[in-house]
Amino acid sequence: MATEQTIILDGQPVPFQAGQTIMDAALAAGIYIPHLCHNPEFKPHGSCRVCVVDIDGRTLSACTTKAAAGQQIACNTPTLNDHRRAITQMLFVEGNHVCPGCEKSGACQLQAVAYYLEMLGPRFPHFYPSRPVDASHPTVLIDFNRCILCELCVRASDQVDGKQVFSVGGRGINTHITINSPSGLLGDSTLDIHDKAVDVCPVGAILKKHRGYAAPIGQRLYDLQAIDVVGDVALVQEAEHDA
Amino acid sequence: MVSPISIHAPPPEAGCFKPVRRSDELPIDSSRLEAIVAAYSNSPHYLVQILHAVQAAYQCIPPAAQVYLADALGFTPAQVQGVVSFYGFFYETPRQYQVLFADNIIEHFQGKAVLMQHLLDRLGVKVGEVRADGRVCVDNTACIGMSDQGPAALVNGLVVTRLTAARIEQMADLIEAQTPLSAWPADWFTVESTIQQRHFLLSTPFEPGSALRVMQQKGADGTLGELAQAAIRGCGGAGFRLDSKWTICRNTPADTRYVVCNADEGEPGTFKDRVLLQEYADLVFEGMTVCAGVIGARQGFLYLRGEYAYLLDALRAKLAQRRAAGLLGTAILGQAGFDFEIEIHLGAGAYICGAETALIESLEGHRGVPRKRPPPFPVNVGYLGKPTVVNNVETLALAAKALVVGSERFIALGTAQSRGTKLLSISGDCSRPGIYEFPYGVSIRTVLEACGADPTTVQLVQNAGPAGLSLSPAEFDRLICYEDVNTTGALMIFNHQRPLIEVTQNFADFFVHESCGFCTPCRVGTSLVSRLVSKIRHGQGSTADLEELRMLSALIKTTSHCGLGMTATNHIQDSLKKFPAVFQTRLHEERPLHPCFDLDAALSEAQQLRTHASSC
Repeated sequence: MATEQTIILDGQPVPFQAGQTIMDAALAAGIYIPHLCHNPEFKPHGSCRVCVVDIDGRTLSACTTKAAAGQQIACNTPTLNDHRRAITQMLFVEGNHVCPGCEKSGACQLQAVAYYLEMLGPRFPHFYPSRPVDASHPTVLIDFNRCILCELCVRASDQVDGKQVFSVGGRGINTHITINSPSGLLGDSTLDIHDKAVDVCPVGAILKKHRGYAAPIGQRLYDLQAIDVVGDVALVQEAEHDA
Repeated sequence: MVSPISIHAPPPEAGCFKPVRRSDELPIDSSRLEAIVAAYSNSPHYLVQILHAVQAAYQCIPPAAQVYLADALGFTPAQVQGVVSFYGFFYETPRQYQVLFADNIIEHFQGKAVLMQHLLDRLGVKVGEVRADGRVCVDNTACIGMSDQGPAALVNGLVVTRLTAARIEQMADLIEAQTPLSAWPADWFTVESTIQQRHFLLSTPFEPGSALRVMQQKGADGTLGELAQAAIRGCGGAGFRLDSKWTICRNTPADTRYVVCNADEGEPGTFKDRVLLQEYADLVFEGMTVCAGVIGARQGFLYLRGEYAYLLDALRAKLAQRRAAGLLGTAILGQAGFDFEIEIHLGAGAYICGAETALIESLEGHRGVPRKRPPPFPVNVGYLGKPTVVNNVETLALAAKALVVGSERFIALGTAQSRGTKLLSISGDCSRPGIYEFPYGVSIRTVLEACGADPTTVQLVQNAGPAGLSLSPAEFDRLICYEDVNTTGALMIFNHQRPLIEVTQNFADFFVHESCGFCTPCRVGTSLVSRLVSKIRHGQGSTADLEELRMLSALIKTTSHCGLGMTATNHIQDSLKKFPAVFQTRLHEERPLHPCFDLDAALSEAQQLRTHASSC
């Protein structure tokens, strides 16, 4: 029976339960597969493609692929890590990510994944899109320049908050998060600072106002420990809230 | 020529957006909207159809109407706007005339850019901008399936073919005079069915109902058996056996099943489904009805690409005819319990909706974002979560025809793995473009000779659109069949006079335009590829850029979410391998190992950014 409940991840047997994805099984076993759009509290999305793994000759996202007994999965390979690094670099040039000036620096999942993947520079020419910062809400700020389109805010607002504050508009390279309010601005929406959607942003796109730099640079989550050790910033935040 | 793109500088609109205001309202007559929504049974699944109706009524989809629709259909206004902004044919600012030029490379080589510029100049408007008086907007769109009679454009959704300088001149006058389309010269809207060669499918006339009678006689099992004998494979690209698809769907336990005919023929250079629907609609509808009889479906959809809206009236009339003849509706052929209806859903300018799960999303009233890679397959979990057969137009026509003629005649044609015949849409540098029906196993060379293209003058045959296979002269003896050159049915021919770098740029830009934007490698990667090609095309590329192209091509192909991304760089990889001179001859020779620096270009980029920032 034991073999039926096991996948082989980089040569190592990893147990899983029926219905679990490869990502679920890896997380449960304490094995880190780099990811950005995935958050175990939500239905897998599979859009960032950072968690791609090779399964029997196919390259699939670990977060959306169900674990199956005996599956041979290659994850930590030079080629896949090259791909993951390049995808991360794509996200850096697509938006405007100015780490030294970003409040989320040091506790940003995009930055932490980049460090983990040994990204040394942006590699590709920057797109420098002109995107708005929406500071219209009294307690929450959204800076679209830093958005990586993981759609976690869309999912959280819909599935947990029951508000559908966030949506997706446009197509292709013009795809972007939209806000459901008459003015299209956050201040005019039903978003509340205690909403789940505010806490799930893995980057510095959605930020709480009036609490900047609460933890000094150098003492932030990923300043102290790498992401493969400490995990996703949203989950750590949650644990801190609960404590 | 492809519109010039400066090195590094993104198109001004890339990734750039503003908050969506829903308050700048046009006067909205809610009773009019109420009637539109009621005509679609107040169902959110008809959102894309409802948006078409709203746009027809208001010359756009006003933000206030979106708020109304959201309320009426159970969406948020932002979700409705998300759908509006996904589809290329929907717009939020009114205009009397919307002129969309087909931007396929075939039309470019037919002189499209000059004609378009002429119209822009005459009307005093820039590409994609609505003129201040709200009269007109002139823009580009992907291939509209008229490569055999281009250059062509869509005017308020209707096809105008064989554009000439004289037609453009007259078109400008008609627009300035606000002449309604109904008073434009009728022959402009003629779409010819240029069938050049007929075989199994097209040679003999089809008697409506004849396939259904065969099915009635053989029963569902016997019909499936006959189709299994014929070994028909799907013509949409994947080549999945038709009988297997129907069997799996039939055997999936469910209270409801659906049949969908995929008529979202979007591969640039393809127009066979357009001709089938124009000339052989009975065959297609009959194929759908046979499928319904076999799998036990009561509802079918024809998902017709928005570009073919001109076919709507004729297709609806055909459906009415079939209903009157007892071939559709309740108790088909007098058989109690055999009930089946077909509805036509109109797409709205999104190539991705040709991918079956994106098509299903669109049918359900959503943005056309493909579902996660199967399993589950649509035959198990499809439209509204129910088992759904999605077949290409040609596949369904073949099924009906094979039942009538018999599988023996069908399997006598073709090769071991590819039985029967294939329709080919042929365009480009040949004297007789149009539709050719060949048995599988025909060589590229034979096809070239048949359509009046001297193989010695041809440098590239692009098979199955930009996502397909680029064939060099050394490969002209290869055979069209699943064992060798797999095709969706399009061959674009380019002679030695054509600069292939323009082809490459056009294809790269096509994928930028058509990427749905869901996954990172396709959304960002296709733009990076387009910029690199542009850089090389402008003589600013280095050997390092070729390496970068190789890397990006492999990355996008391997890691993308769906088939669009997985095939978007096939043409780049083929070109690098088979036509290296396309890139090599344009590399900056003085410093081959380093990206070069062009002061003027760098300054113009800064200038562009400055204007861009002030306008955005």
